[in-house]
Amino acid sequence: MRESHIMKIHYGTALAAVGLVAVHILMRMADGYAESLEFANVVANYQFLPYAGLLEIMLILLSVHGFNGLRVILLELRQGPSYEKAVSYGCVAAMIGLIAYGTRTIVMVNVGMI
Amino acid sequence: MRDTITLRVKRSESGGFDTFEVPVQKWTTVLECILYAKHYMDTSIAVRYSCRQATCGSCGMRINGRPALACFTKVSELDSDTITVEPMSNFPIIRDLAVRFDRLFENHHRIRPYLEPGDADDKREHLQSPAELDRYIQFANCIKCGLCNSACPTMATDTTFVGPQALAQAYRYVADSRDTGKDKRLSIIDDSHGIWRCHFAGSCSQVCPKGVDPAMGIQLLRGYMLGFRG
Ligand code: SF4
Ligand code: FES
Repeated sequence: MRESHIMKIHYGTALAAVGLVAVHILMRMADGYAESLEFANVVANYQFLPYAGLLEIMLILLSVHGFNGLRVILLELRQGPSYEKAVSYGCVAAMIGLIAYGTRTIVMVNVGMI
Repeated sequence: MRDTITLRVKRSESGGFDTFEVPVQKWTTVLECILYAKHYMDTSIAVRYSCRQATCGSCGMRINGRPALACFTKVSELDSDTITVEPMSNFPIIRDLAVRFDRLFENHHRIRPYLEPGDADDKREHLQSPAELDRYIQFANCIKCGLCNSACPTMATDTTFVGPQALAQAYRYVADSRDTGKDKRLSIIDDSHGIWRCHFAGSCSQVCPKGVDPAMGIQLLRGYMLGFRG
């Protein structure tokens, strides 16, 4: 993939994440900020599919943006073909891992495993 | 203003500084101080210079910590009785104040720093309007002194970064209405150590002695790559 395509995704995910995180914070405030992290509340949020969808999209956007940012930092720290390959594939793998782990939590709540 | 200053010259062999008392006048430049020390006190000081008028780009160095041309920096404007001169950062040192320019020139050549006319057989004059000239003329003033590369924080850690000098020159040719090599140049700088590794610190533009403003050139170039410019 060309670096300009990667960076367009990087900037796009940042802009979209800012918008969605703002919606997320507003929803938390409307709900009563203090109780928002109580177990029952969190489970209820995951079971409300539109909100669970918003959280899933945020997870994807922030993981893509964050791990590409980490890749850029690591590429600037050191150079070399095998190091750069390891950094690029490592960041993609970690990104997929984090998205899979977060998605698993939402799925587990919705199939009644939690 | 005092009539002498203390000149501290970084020496590559000892790794320390040698100190010289040098007579100065209102118009004395840092290069003249170094040459005075070299001629009358220590002939082994290594320094590169040629034109003495900010045209050849040879005498770049760190003067009191800031990248600058020694021939274009007057002692009187430094407002200090002690002047410390060191080789430019981000360049391999040959000896004392003289550094190697290989990386700068390699990157400069990489971006194809010449006009690529569409039809090589077309012998007609390529006319340009004043507005078309305005788009790039400031960037054509680059003297390849390397001060921008020396000030760039990305150059310090990324040994394969193309650098502000080459990126500003890429913009200079991309923005020229007579040139048709835009796509080739954009694809050369569109790699993992190309234009996207600029974080807009802006220090390149701060130190440029010719007012080239490489940071602006890089942002304008990004406009092409993000599709904001044609
Ligand atoms: S852009 Fe300015 S600082 Fe950089 S090499 Fe050209 S003249 Fe020197
Ligand atoms: S001696 Fe030529 S630029 Fe300073």
